Amino acid sequence: MNAMKKLSYVLTLLLIPVLLAGCDSKLLVFDPKGPIARSLTDLIVYSIILMLVVVVVVFVLFGYIVWKYRARKNDGDFEPKEEKGNHYLEITWFVIPIIIVIALMIPTTMTIYQVDDVPQGYEEDEPLVINVTSADWKWIFSYPDQDIETVNYVNIPADHPVELKMTSAGTMQSFWVPELAGQKYTMANMQTNLHLLADKPGSFYGRNTNFNGQGYAHMEFEVEAKTKEDFNKWVNDVKNTANDLTEDTYSQILEPGLVGRMTFNGTHLDWIDHAHGGSEQYIDPEKYRIHHGEHTDLNQDIDENREVDPLDQDEQEQNSDSEETDHSHH
Amino acid sequence: MSFDEFFVTGDPLILGSQIAIGLTMVGVIVLVTYLKKWKWLWNEWFTTVDHKKIGIMYILAGVLMFFRGGVDGLLMKAQTSRPGLDILDAQHYDEVFTTHGVIMILFMAMPMLIGIMNVVIPLQIGARDVAFPKLNAFSFWVFFAGAMLFNISFVIGGSPDAGWTSYFPLAGKEFTPGVGNNYYAIALQIAGIGTLATGVNFIVTIIKMRAPGMSWMKLPIFVWTTFITSIIIVAAFPILTIALLLMTLDRLFGAHFFTVAAGGDPMLWLNLFWLWGHPEVYIVVLPAFGMFSEVIATFARKNLYGYKSMVYAVAGIAFLSMLVWVHHFYTMGNSAAVNSIFSLTTMMIAIPTGVKIFNWLFTMRKGRIEFSNAMLWSLAFIPCFTIGGVTGVMLAMAAADYQYHNTMFLVAHFHYVLIPGVVFAVFAGLYYWWPKMFGFKLNEKIGKWHFWLFVIGFNLTFMPMFFVGLDGMSRRMYTYAESTGWGPWLGFSAVGSVIMAAGFAALCYNIYWSFRYASRDVGNDPWNGRTLEWSTASPAPHYNFAVVPKVEKLDDFWYKKKKGDTGLKKKDLKPVHMPSNSWTPIFLAAAFGIVGFFLVFEWFTLAIISGILIVIGLIANSFDYDDGYHVSVEELEEEEREWRGDLQ
Repeated sequence: MNAMKKLSYVLTLLLIPVLLAGCDSKLLVFDPKGPIARSLTDLIVYSIILMLVVVVVVFVLFGYIVWKYRARKNDGDFEPKEEKGNHYLEITWFVIPIIIVIALMIPTTMTIYQVDDVPQGYEEDEPLVINVTSADWKWIFSYPDQDIETVNYVNIPADHPVELKMTSAGTMQSFWVPELAGQKYTMANMQTNLHLLADKPGSFYGRNTNFNGQGYAHMEFEVEAKTKEDFNKWVNDVKNTANDLTEDTYSQILEPGLVGRMTFNGTHLDWIDHAHGGSEQYIDPEKYRIHHGEHTDLNQDIDENREVDPLDQDEQEQNSDSEETDHSHH
Repeated sequence: MSFDEFFVTGDPLILGSQIAIGLTMVGVIVLVTYLKKWKWLWNEWFTTVDHKKIGIMYILAGVLMFFRGGVDGLLMKAQTSRPGLDILDAQHYDEVFTTHGVIMILFMAMPMLIGIMNVVIPLQIGARDVAFPKLNAFSFWVFFAGAMLFNISFVIGGSPDAGWTSYFPLAGKEFTPGVGNNYYAIALQIAGIGTLATGVNFIVTIIKMRAPGMSWMKLPIFVWTTFITSIIIVAAFPILTIALLLMTLDRLFGAHFFTVAAGGDPMLWLNLFWLWGHPEVYIVVLPAFGMFSEVIATFARKNLYGYKSMVYAVAGIAFLSMLVWVHHFYTMGNSAAVNSIFSLTTMMIAIPTGVKIFNWLFTMRKGRIEFSNAMLWSLAFIPCFTIGGVTGVMLAMAAADYQYHNTMFLVAHFHYVLIPGVVFAVFAGLYYWWPKMFGFKLNEKIGKWHFWLFVIGFNLTFMPMFFVGLDGMSRRMYTYAESTGWGPWLGFSAVGSVIMAAGFAALCYNIYWSFRYASRDVGNDPWNGRTLEWSTASPAPHYNFAVVPKVEKLDDFWYKKKKGDTGLKKKDLKPVHMPSNSWTPIFLAAAFGIVGFFLVFEWFTLAIISGILIVIGLIANSFDYDDGYHVSVEELEEEEREWRGDLQ
């Protein structure tokens, strides 16, 4: 009876990888929208198939052995024979995993090197450089060549390589846009680089995945890929309409808390690049002190912020069409 | 410091806990006083140096911490069961997942395993205690002091809130100025002293105290895994000691090892933490492998298949465990070459692990598999751990990890490794060795409820997490929007966690029921075991073996039973030398706890004054000339006759 239960349990477990394969088209990681993410997805799918073979072999062997050699009431006091082991068998299951590891290692190494570089076929294009600065708990994107800056959203030209130079104004964060590229950390006094490329125009979900305090769950941003014409038009619009970024405004933005989307003329790189030190002048531990019993609702902060910040209101209108596009494929 | 900075106030959940803790403490004190048990507690438990009693106290502490960590887990599952819930706010959620992680790894998994090791290892090698019994008591009490110090944080001062990994710069004073993360630095340091001492103790015990004739390749496999685990402890825990010391200097004394300001380097913390943290995973998993091996061999009625390759596999895993730490931060901007090399070393761990899985399967092949509770846990381990293992290989591939890192996929993976690999093993070990500890079995029928509820609940809880992870959900999020579509997955997962909790409740009920009603007539060898612990009485007498057994081969007891050669000859009995109880371990641990508490609040004058207690304890310990006592032949004879009947 128990063995029966065991078997049905094993069968249920066997179904799970099948479900996994069936859901591919819906889950973000299996839905790449650019060549970098696509090479990661290809590697992931390949590894899942190989691992599925391993799982099936182990489960079938397990189910068969447990069922066949279960104790039975009528087997008397059957005494199993002692077995020392078998060199050939043991060598077999030593060698098979080695082959699997080699089969996984080659494409893994190739992909690691591949995504570390400009995507194939785009080597000739001059990449758009964007400086990413993460802070508690917002994302700041500076376009040094265009001399504009955005907060909590980033627009990029589609079908064009983007090079991110990333750093942090304080805690350690991890930059992730699953549909476009894998993650990389952002750290103060340090610069990390990441390539980004979207095939077509579209909106993509991005977030911080490295826990960094109370506002962490809300630390999301949107990547919007536009056609090259639309992108250039947007840059021009910003240069004509957005307010100048001042050092005071920038210090306010860096205060711990949530803010809405913002757009500015000029970048903070003119007076500080957090990759090269100086962040400590913006850090005030007292602003992080916890007062137990006070119910912290950061969402409320963000709503207030939207009302009082005129810069932000401009942005709200400008981006009202893309506000709800996060994760819209669901 | 004002009152509400000292006591955590204002949250009804915490207020409830504070009242409950207060009432429980008063209740326990009143009850013990009423039953006049203080003297008994002091003599039999608080000052004991008996490895079996110390083991039982470890296990008790582990069960308690399992409850605490489990409640943390349930709170997290409740909060995320639907989008936008408000059961815990962000800060409270952050504290809860931090304590859940620390407690489950360091104060649940570790004491459970060390507890079982304590009970079983001396018995399996035919010894009368560990090499340093007093140090062993010190290990336990200092661990317990650390655990308690860590646990009071949620009512006094506030819990740590930077994750169990406590990454800098977040965990520094720049971003978490309260006392919460001081608790992490100090409590883990105190508990870590105990673990390190345990490692040393077991290495010496296994090298020096094996029964005559028990050469290395005749060691029971659980002894082997414990030995190798102890070596990893001694190699890895000093790294944690140093990392925590630097953290303490940063937080308490304004140093800048890991800060943003003044040239600190947070990446150094990540490296140090995982240089310890990865071997730590194997510290908890390897003894578990040993337990499964013992249980599977016993209930398949066969010897362990490929014993030697099992030993080499464990040694191989231990060696590789020190060479893989970078895989916890492939995304830190390492060069492609570094990531490739660490992908390779990480995947190589799959090779010895695969060898072990197949050896277990072939141990059962052509055997006669009995589905006792201990065996059920060992069986469920194989498919569940396989899922944890293959997802581990997937995570090992650096490029693929760029998409899994810090997501719920990772969370699902390590729960699929640690729950089957450690918790199932602890359950298997408890059901298996329970009669040796207490002289009665746990009820098999209630045990089945425990098993099925827990295993089904476990799979329901953690399987959906793979999917939300692949759908872009990162770990440690206290809330999420409905538009993400994660709600149903996480709702499902929350239901699973309740089923799992019911399984744990069934275990507690089983312990209660069996304690009251189970038959006390189980004999010395209820499972027809293969190793030496089954050759002595259940529960094992305080001197373990009236006569130290002589060993000729692997599974010696099994063959002696076949020859009918398990009797005791009266003429072999000699007085047994045993260690005396000591008050210094518990005294020292209490002193460490008090000093630690003052350090957490940075009350340095009080810390220095109470530090005198530690000095007093050490001096008293050094001038303790007690050489132990002898158990007389008459007493041995009487005790042995009680369960053997007549002596030869």
